[in-house]
Amino acid sequence: MAAPLTPAETRRRVDASLRRRYRTERLFRLYGLISVLLGVGFLVILFTTIIGNGYGAFRQSFVRLEIQFDPAVIDPDGTRTPDVLASADYSQLIKSSLRQLFPAAEDRASRRELNALVSSGGAYLLQKMVLADPGLLGQSRDLWLPADDEVDLFVKGSVPTGAAGSEQERLSAQQIGWISQLKAAGRLELRFNTTFFTAGDSREPELAGIWGATKGSFLMMLVTLFLAFPLGVAAAIYLEEFAPRSWLVDVIEVNINNLAAVPSIVFGLLGLAVFINFFGLPRSAPLVGGLVLTLMTLPVVIIASRAAIKSVPPSVREAALGVGASKMQMVFHHVLPLALPGMLTGAIIGMARALGESAPLLMIGMVAFIVEVPSGAMSPATALPVQIYLWADSPERAFVERTSAAIMVLLAFLLVMNAAAVWLRNRFEQRW
Amino acid sequence: MLLMDREKGFAAMREPADGREPVAATPVSPMVIADAAETDRIAADTVGDVTAKDAVICVRGGNVHYGETHALRDINLDVGRNEVIALIGPSGCGKSTFIRCLNRMNDTIESAKVTGDFRLDGQDIYARDTDVVMLRARVGMVFQKPNPFPKSIYENVAYGPRIHGLASNRAELDDIVYGSLERAGLVDEVKDRLDEPGTGLSGGQQQRLCIARTIAVNPEVILMDEPCSALDPIATARIEDLIDELSQKYAIAIVTHSMQQAARVSNRTAYFHLGRLVEVGPTDKIFTNPSHKLTEDYVTGRFG
Repeated sequence: MAAPLTPAETRRRVDASLRRRYRTERLFRLYGLISVLLGVGFLVILFTTIIGNGYGAFRQSFVRLEIQFDPAVIDPDGTRTPDVLASADYSQLIKSSLRQLFPAAEDRASRRELNALVSSGGAYLLQKMVLADPGLLGQSRDLWLPADDEVDLFVKGSVPTGAAGSEQERLSAQQIGWISQLKAAGRLELRFNTTFFTAGDSREPELAGIWGATKGSFLMMLVTLFLAFPLGVAAAIYLEEFAPRSWLVDVIEVNINNLAAVPSIVFGLLGLAVFINFFGLPRSAPLVGGLVLTLMTLPVVIIASRAAIKSVPPSVREAALGVGASKMQMVFHHVLPLALPGMLTGAIIGMARALGESAPLLMIGMVAFIVEVPSGAMSPATALPVQIYLWADSPERAFVERTSAAIMVLLAFLLVMNAAAVWLRNRFEQRW
Repeated sequence: MLLMDREKGFAAMREPADGREPVAATPVSPMVIADAAETDRIAADTVGDVTAKDAVICVRGGNVHYGETHALRDINLDVGRNEVIALIGPSGCGKSTFIRCLNRMNDTIESAKVTGDFRLDGQDIYARDTDVVMLRARVGMVFQKPNPFPKSIYENVAYGPRIHGLASNRAELDDIVYGSLERAGLVDEVKDRLDEPGTGLSGGQQQRLCIARTIAVNPEVILMDEPCSALDPIATARIEDLIDELSQKYAIAIVTHSMQQAARVSNRTAYFHLGRLVEVGPTDKIFTNPSHKLTEDYVTGRFG
């Protein structure tokens, strides 16, 4: 055996290693800081891009027009039946109102350009008003009607105002002139875009809204939450507390772990085969979407719940069994309350992933173009991520800002959902 | 077969007296020799009287295996009514295993296999028709680490009576809770904050709360697994006083590492060594005049 080190030699060796240890620590902290800053940096870029692109969609140009509800145009025979009122040509009213404002436009081409200033959706608006109140016929009203998407983009300044009348320019010099006249007369202004938050999808950007997709996503999340959470927790409790230790349980455990890593589109195929083709559930329904997302979320909930159950200290179980609680009472009175926060965390992660999922929904027909806001879990609907995908794919330039705005809505949905879950978790969290 | 090899092993070991390596007839691993030699040193039969007057618990030929490990070997021991029996011995000798057999807490350990005859008031604890919930209501347990439920003090004590349906209304439940806290000597300290969490109490108070929780179910036997090992001397003294009082009403089996504690609180003492019960006797005899060499070594502090 070597001679024992002298105190001086010990100090020297410790000192040498100390400097090395501090250096590695400093380096490690630096790496950590760099990674955090990188992450934050990308997040900032992401948010500035999305918000910068998308905030414009919350405002929309409207044109104030004096609309004369002329019975001769709407209902020349004077029958006043809803059928006649519904099928009338309301765009004629807008056209005549515009002609009164700009009588100089006389030839067909300039009239067409003039009519293109107001959204074709304006006619639906008038139709709805008349159907709601047939007494409007024969009266005249001052109304704010949505402007066309190209006009809207021009007003917001999103269109490069380079060479007027060039090929790239979607608006003619004449139209631009009318726009400035309307503006000067106080007949054209940007107002809050309620349509975006209340309507379903549309081919016309100025009429397209996110509410249909939001409601579809909401219904799906509801189905997913009410199926995946109880089923996942029940499965986890059974596997963790009651299942006899056997190879079968091991096989199930391995399979659950593998299912959590299965690509989501596979669940979509499964949903198509099982829920739509076998059980005959309707296509594009939030119920089917929710079921598919439940299948996808279940393994995550089960794994997180099992981990949460495992982390309950054995002393609590022993205490419960020691006073004579049955196994069921031990689990439901003591283990479950302590494991619930962890289970909720698992559910948050699973649901957040499900909310952002679009691939499996494509397989079950939720990618369809659906204008109606869904009325229930069985009516056709689309979901937020699918809506984003659809809009990103649309040729109209005005959908660019709506895509970003839809992403903002999706993120807000996610934040609200997570905040609710965190609030729930904190309510249930107990010290022990 | 293995047992025969072991026998040959010690036969070979016993013979040479001159320090030469014993020549075993068959190759035996050193581990087995050490184990077997140790086991041999301990008499197979327990020294002292294992029976108790008016026994409430009666164990004959108790064996416990944890997988391959033979944790408890052929234990015969009675626990009398209104008796405090202290179980002492070095770590891993099987004393905790023994008391956990008495309320079937070993059922929660998957690898544990219990054989032998364990009886509570003549009823076989391990019989197929014995209800484990009923058993644990009759045989309460206080654990090494205070483990109150993460609930209010009131709920901690009320939990047992509530699940067993011992109180028919709120007033009766209140009586049980107050009575139990009083007998556990805790009522003065907590009566104004019964709705505060039990986990907010000090360690000694928590342990007394656990005792209150146990006696609230009105058991016949209380098992205590080193109840004072996490407590300071003052809290320990309070618990010991409490054990003294409780022994008027309950049979108590207490596992302890403190020989002073065993001497202070118990009527009888059982000394365990490597899974065997070496000696049982009145506490003063075990500590002043033990019959077995191993017991003497342990109580005089030569090992353990």
